[in-house]
Amino acid sequence: MKDGIAQPSFLSTYRRDYYAGALMVLIGVGAAVQGFQYNVGTLTHMGAGFFPVAVGIILACLGVLIAGLARRPQLQPTLHEGGPLEGDGPEWRGWFCILGGIVAFIVLGTWGGLLPATFAITFISAMGDRENTWLSALVLASLISLACIVIFWWALQVQFPLFTWG
Amino acid sequence: MIQQSLADLWQGFGVALEWHNFMWSFVGVLIGNLIGVLPGMGPLSAISVLLPLTYTMHPVPAILMLAGIFYGSQYGGAIGAILLNLPCHPPHAVTCLDGYPMARRGKGGTALGITMMASFFAASVGILIMIFASPLLVAVAFKFGPAELFSIMLVGLLAGGTMSSGAPVKGVAMTVLGLLLGVVGTDVNTGAQRFTFGSPELSDGVELVALALGLFGVAEFLRNVNRLQAVTTNVTMKLSDMRPSWAEIKEAFWPMVRGTTIGSLFGAMPGTGPTITTFIAYALEKKISKTPERFGHGILAGVAAPEASSHSKTQVDFIPTMSLGIPGDPVMALILGALLIQGIQPGPQLIKEHADIFWGLIASFWIGNVLLVILNVPLIQVWVKVLQVPYRYLYPAAMFFIAIGVYSTNNSLFDVGEVLAFGLMGAVLVALDFPVSPILLGFVLGPMLEENFRRAMLLSRGSIAVFVERPISGAFIAISTLMILLQIFLAARAAVRRQRGSSVFGPKVDDNSLRT
Repeated sequence: MKDGIAQPSFLSTYRRDYYAGALMVLIGVGAAVQGFQYNVGTLTHMGAGFFPVAVGIILACLGVLIAGLARRPQLQPTLHEGGPLEGDGPEWRGWFCILGGIVAFIVLGTWGGLLPATFAITFISAMGDRENTWLSALVLASLISLACIVIFWWALQVQFPLFTWG
Repeated sequence: MIQQSLADLWQGFGVALEWHNFMWSFVGVLIGNLIGVLPGMGPLSAISVLLPLTYTMHPVPAILMLAGIFYGSQYGGAIGAILLNLPCHPPHAVTCLDGYPMARRGKGGTALGITMMASFFAASVGILIMIFASPLLVAVAFKFGPAELFSIMLVGLLAGGTMSSGAPVKGVAMTVLGLLLGVVGTDVNTGAQRFTFGSPELSDGVELVALALGLFGVAEFLRNVNRLQAVTTNVTMKLSDMRPSWAEIKEAFWPMVRGTTIGSLFGAMPGTGPTITTFIAYALEKKISKTPERFGHGILAGVAAPEASSHSKTQVDFIPTMSLGIPGDPVMALILGALLIQGIQPGPQLIKEHADIFWGLIASFWIGNVLLVILNVPLIQVWVKVLQVPYRYLYPAAMFFIAIGVYSTNNSLFDVGEVLAFGLMGAVLVALDFPVSPILLGFVLGPMLEENFRRAMLLSRGSIAVFVERPISGAFIAISTLMILLQIFLAARAAVRRQRGSSVFGPKVDDNSLRT
């Protein structure tokens, strides 16, 4: 497989399908194995485990099918909400900042309060975009924090203290 | 029966025009339209972001607002598709094909005007169908036992998986994954904790809002960040541009009617996504047109037909959602979830017990669609400006709204963690070329599917043949089988064609244009 040369994406289509199939098999088998821990029962008297086991097995079979069909041409392109994209390479900075922003919201929400959490999630995820500077991210985060105080804390009275410790 | 419907509808107008209901419907349409125009946001993200706001509201205004957001954002998406070639919502991918060339020729205003007409016309027809078909369907639905419900859900799930975009097997796999996610939590029959991994927060199951926002919010941002096409445009739009000439209206009329028909047919079928509907409407126009070569270069029919089909489908989709409790597509699944959160169980009982919601909703559709037309004429210049909001300001703000929205669902940071997990999951699945929206369909239908399967087995004493023996159920099983066979046939034909080495040989319009 000639990877990386004429491939705009970092996963070739075929290999992508193998991984996709493998992932589905993994999830399906995992669910079925876990499902057997609950009571499976019989068709007449189904236990809690019956449905998960059945669904898990079906998913695993579909996974095999996906991997098996990996070399077939796709009939339709997969469309997502959000529209077409320019590049297709990995985007570590953006990914890291967006996920980091949520983690920061959870951590600061627990040990800081709503205001620091709001500021952190906006600021950190804004830094994920290469065109944002420290200053623009700072201004954006401040504006959103202000909006948060007015809309959510004052107007909607969300049960979340502005500042807290632990 | 029709007289009864009309009387109920009259009452519905009364409900929808009550001041606070009307206001929320208006707010929904306006915000939906605004979010739909924003680059990188579609109806699914719009509804998920705003869903938490409706928790504290009364069920009627909440549903009216969500419906308003839905068709508002759907219409807003057409603006980006036509003016900037940016289909933020997959069904608009077809509208781009002819809408954008029109905009480049300076006819963008006309295209938008025709879109507006087509959507209004189609929505009106869809609403009429809803008024007359729902009571009939309800009469039938009361005869449905667990076996029938299971079979019709199976059809819906299969259609949702195979008729979304992308490879059918992958779509079905995503539906099944959604079913698995629906299992998480306490089993209602035995009280057993399933897939909770000892976490008390998970015993109520996966949070719908967290799942939706993870898959359609965070995962989208992960996909789009630093990659979204930069939007630069100097489109200016005058009001007079939007009024199509008589010749143009005449040119667009029949495509509009045909699009509406296709949309209505597909809307009545549970599970078929809106994307496939618009593609088929477009393909049909191209097939019967005297000048098929003009398609793709800015022909009015190529805008009117798909837009009409998606809007009539949207309206007709509410029929199975409200009367059977079986959502037609992921957006409907989300609205169904919202109803469940409000403590309202959609199904044949709904129209009787919550007549105010059902008929109020129908009446509000009409009002909402009128509002949409009135709003968009003066606001079009504003929307053109909104289109240019840089993504780098948009998504950090949206991240905050997601976090606070999910938090306020249960006042718990654990749910925010769920968003993180599902966002990551969604991004991985998208990278592996899975269509993620069927997950939502499976997730919402999963518990109902399991419940009805169990009941059917209990009633039939464990005989699985019951699904085929009962006539209505058997018909649905037959449809499911046909759908699977059709997919196998399509795949086999594609494989044969590929071996012959010519992919354009004997093109059947639909799958050829789908291959874009």
